[in-house]
Amino acid sequence: MTAAAIQALWSHWRRNPLQLFTLVAGLALATALWSGVQALNAQARSSYDAAAALLGEGRFDQLVPRSGETIAQDRFVSLRRAGWLVGPVVEGTLDAEGERVRLVGIDPLTAPGGAGPITQAGDAPLQSFLLDRLIFAHPDIAEALARTVTLRVVADPGLAPGTAITDIGVAQSLLDRAGEISRLMLADTQPRGRPPLDRIAPDLVLRPSQQSSDIGQLTGSFHLNLTAFGLLSFAVGIFIVHGAIGLAFEQRRGMVRTLRSLGLPLRHLIGLMAVELTVIALIAGGIGVVLGYLLAAALLPDVVATLEGLYGAQVSGALNLQPSWWLSGLAIALAGTGLAASGAFWRIARMPALATSDARAWSMAAGRRHGLQAMAGALLFVMAGGLVWLGSGLLAGFAGVACLLFGAALVFPLILDRALTVAERRTRAVRWEWFWADTRQQVPGLSLALMALLLAMAANIGVSTMVSSFRLTFTGFLDQRLTSGLYVATDDVAQAATLLAFVEGRADDVLPLLSADTRLAGQKAEILGVRVGPAYRDNWSFIAQDGAVWDRVATGDAVIINEQMARRADLWPGDTLPLAPGRDLPIAGVVSDYGNPIGQAVIGEELFGALFPETRATRFGLRTQAPDALREALIDAGIVQAGQITDQAALKAFSMGVFERTFTVTAALNVLTLAVAGFAILMSLLTLAGMRIPQLAPAWALGLTRRELGRLELLRAVILAALTLVVAVPLGLALAWMLLAVINVEAFGWRLPMFLFPTDYAVLGALALSAAMAAAAWPALRLARTPPSHLLKVFAHEG
Amino acid sequence: MRGDRLAWLLALLLVLACPVQAPAQGFAGMGTEAQGFAVPQPDPEFVFPDDHGPHPDYRIEWWYLTANLTGPDGTAYGLQWTLFRSALAPGEGPGWDSPQIWFAHAAITTPQAHHSAERFARGGIGQAGVTAAPFAAWIDDWRMAGETLEDVTLTATGDDFAYDMRLQAEGPLVFHGDGGYSVKSAAGQASYYYSQPFFRISGQLTLPGGEVPVTGTAWLDREWSSQPLADNQTGWDWFSLTFEGGDKLMGFQLRQTDGTTFSSGTWIGPDGATRALGDGELSASPLEMTRVAGRDVPTRWRLQVPDRDVDVEVGAINPDAWMHTSVPYWEGPVVVSGSHAGRGYLEMTGYE
Repeated sequence: MTAAAIQALWSHWRRNPLQLFTLVAGLALATALWSGVQALNAQARSSYDAAAALLGEGRFDQLVPRSGETIAQDRFVSLRRAGWLVGPVVEGTLDAEGERVRLVGIDPLTAPGGAGPITQAGDAPLQSFLLDRLIFAHPDIAEALARTVTLRVVADPGLAPGTAITDIGVAQSLLDRAGEISRLMLADTQPRGRPPLDRIAPDLVLRPSQQSSDIGQLTGSFHLNLTAFGLLSFAVGIFIVHGAIGLAFEQRRGMVRTLRSLGLPLRHLIGLMAVELTVIALIAGGIGVVLGYLLAAALLPDVVATLEGLYGAQVSGALNLQPSWWLSGLAIALAGTGLAASGAFWRIARMPALATSDARAWSMAAGRRHGLQAMAGALLFVMAGGLVWLGSGLLAGFAGVACLLFGAALVFPLILDRALTVAERRTRAVRWEWFWADTRQQVPGLSLALMALLLAMAANIGVSTMVSSFRLTFTGFLDQRLTSGLYVATDDVAQAATLLAFVEGRADDVLPLLSADTRLAGQKAEILGVRVGPAYRDNWSFIAQDGAVWDRVATGDAVIINEQMARRADLWPGDTLPLAPGRDLPIAGVVSDYGNPIGQAVIGEELFGALFPETRATRFGLRTQAPDALREALIDAGIVQAGQITDQAALKAFSMGVFERTFTVTAALNVLTLAVAGFAILMSLLTLAGMRIPQLAPAWALGLTRRELGRLELLRAVILAALTLVVAVPLGLALAWMLLAVINVEAFGWRLPMFLFPTDYAVLGALALSAAMAAAAWPALRLARTPPSHLLKVFAHEG
Repeated sequence: MRGDRLAWLLALLLVLACPVQAPAQGFAGMGTEAQGFAVPQPDPEFVFPDDHGPHPDYRIEWWYLTANLTGPDGTAYGLQWTLFRSALAPGEGPGWDSPQIWFAHAAITTPQAHHSAERFARGGIGQAGVTAAPFAAWIDDWRMAGETLEDVTLTATGDDFAYDMRLQAEGPLVFHGDGGYSVKSAAGQASYYYSQPFFRISGQLTLPGGEVPVTGTAWLDREWSSQPLADNQTGWDWFSLTFEGGDKLMGFQLRQTDGTTFSSGTWIGPDGATRALGDGELSASPLEMTRVAGRDVPTRWRLQVPDRDVDVEVGAINPDAWMHTSVPYWEGPVVVSGSHAGRGYLEMTGYE
């Protein structure tokens, strides 16, 4: 009996290969988009983790030079002999056959938290590491490095990409930095009775652990983009799967009735159907994971370039995925299938044994559900609103986005139905009345595909609005912050003095850049001292301000804070900020400060000097009309080295290049989601085409030619897509608003202003209409070529 | 004796960066040969103060100090300060190229608590080292130093303790084995081994409860060698005792896999005159076990040296004197009663 039942179940797919294809392809596409995006995120995260874990960057506080790049090695010894448990790190870049290798030297005996990969160096790890002068290197640069140095290089995939680690003595000689240290790591627990740091090492600055590796936090926004895309794509895919499963189960009602009449227990039957779906889900999931891998591999170079350019985060260019990633891809395929099939199973389980089978019943029943769906949708909208206004935290933000999207999807069929009813009522011609009625009648069958299209378009609008707004804002922000022609970082006060003497008369204006790390309003923060002038007055714009901001800052009577601090501590113009004991200053303005994880307060140069008399400016902005000439003059005169000068124009061009990369990734994902939605429409139309012959035959008999019918089919697809677009634009904008104003604030502490990009939406609309037309073309063509005999057969049983 | 520490020391070095590796496997990387290191020879001629300094041509070496102390209220305390040198290769090199590795253990034992700490350092850069004249042995801020070894100050700090002591020698150096050439096994392995057991010590202990002024006696061991021990030795029990009459006893037994032991020792008179005790002249048997750090460790012993009419009980002041160092072991102060009364130090390794 079981064998017969399996055969019967399978025969359905054999007779409807298109349905099977829809199911498998939909599921595979959903899984591919989801797991591809996950792969990109996982790859980036593992790269950050490897860097942080190996060098203890995330875990340990560090001592870094107050100015310059170097700590004398004697300073390490004197700190140790004063009782401070510190471990030295020397770090630099080696050129290995054109590959940039970040070489890190550690002392395995004093490195807090263990000595990383040297534990793998055989029976006597320490002996091998020190005596054999081993270098451990990430596989992507190991070979090039081995050909460049005479020492033994061991490939170790656990290291951060582009990174090699070795003993500090070896690193110093390879980097030509004998007796030099880049930074010192501080052990978590320190012995009692040590002399205070500012007495024995006033030239070193304590950099707390979280602050030293905020790559994860900085890149979070980018990964959030990707994750949102992955999730939405998956939702779109699951809509397709839901449609395919629902249809297949409805069409098999007759078979279910027959099998049950033959004595197969319902429980047994449902079990078999579950096994059947599981097998399909596993196959489709497997295909999807492979596709996801290919997708990730194709996009990875752009993602890597983006992350490295934007945040200096090193990500390996080769996908290196854990088995758990493959498994999670299959799991999500299974879970998605289960979710999509739960309704169908529920209906089968409740179906009376002798219920009639009617394929159309499914779509008609869907029509009756519109009211109920719309109510559920409205409820979801209310929840979304509640989450936005009352909720707090990232999770509430995401839940709000989910409520918004699914609410819109549920309300959408009702909106379509109403719009078509209005159109029908306004029409006088019989043909068009029939057209509108026929379209309306098709909505239930198409509604899932249209919902998918709606979500895809809304996601496109939302995410591209967010990315474009970010780009626009960031460009403005760069203009605001990079106000000088050249930026020069000097090593010390002496070099700074030489520089100042040299540029006197050569530069239009010199802007010293003073900064000090501190805690403000209970948060880690940085105080900037600026020389108030046109560079700031003309370029900085405020989110909120109170009076003549720069005048008040220049006289030391007020302070400007960044948005992060304003939002976290709820401090706004009119409030006061305690800068130092007995030094409370009113806040005059709040500025946006994108990408900065910590709070910032901007004060006048004089006040800064009074608060931090020890700190001297070593970084300067030089305003000039001829940056290239000044740059060359500085280098030729031997004042500074080329690496100490940053050209504003070059920096900006570089940043913008990075954003173009981001767009490549976003655009690729946009096209893919639209393609998935187009595919959903195609499959729905093809499925409907076969069932609609009985409805089209009378129209044909009344004089509409097959060609005209085909043309009307195309027109219908375009009209439905256009209606979807009309709903998708406001939905997408609502999504963008939630991403920018709710999720970004929760995740990063800053709110991006939202800009609208009507041209982009028009292009997207044209794309969506084309996709719908392309999807409808084949069914329309088939209809136009339907042999008249098929249409005649409809009337065969009448009369 | 503390030649046995040779094995332990090498194992310690090997497990430094490889915590899951069992100490016994550590021999694999090093072998039992001297591998280019100098080997101790009979009839040594020591030159002082030079020999108080390091001998980088030998594989391992230590400056090992233990002290029995008394507080103002009569409370007994124990103190340990040990600097180890371990060479990856013989000789010295400049800066980070030095093959010398240094590490150190420090501890304070009270009747209620045991505080310990350890430090590591590379040779060649000044973070740790020993100079003979003026005498200085240091690692980080831990330091034993003075004009001569006869008059030194001693400091160490840990997370929850610190001490600052002054030591003055009131007797001569004592040479173990044959004039300081101490044979460790029938196979001929040996070390250079001498002690200064006549230190008078006083100073301040800093404990979580506050500062405690203390006085007492201290014992310094100096030993260096290049050869590890045999594979069939599982651990040892080492005693350094000072009796009320002024006599002192250093004695140890090696526990072997077949259940037998190998014992050795030195009887030291109040004037520093010595008599070496051969295998079997000293016997030690556990009287009471204590569960310490997840294992059973004998913390009360019966010790007999029939030739000297010694039949005493040796009991730990704090049975929980466990050293939570990279390679853990038991080391703490003891009280002696029976035929002779006194106090001293006990070290036990290899209890799993």
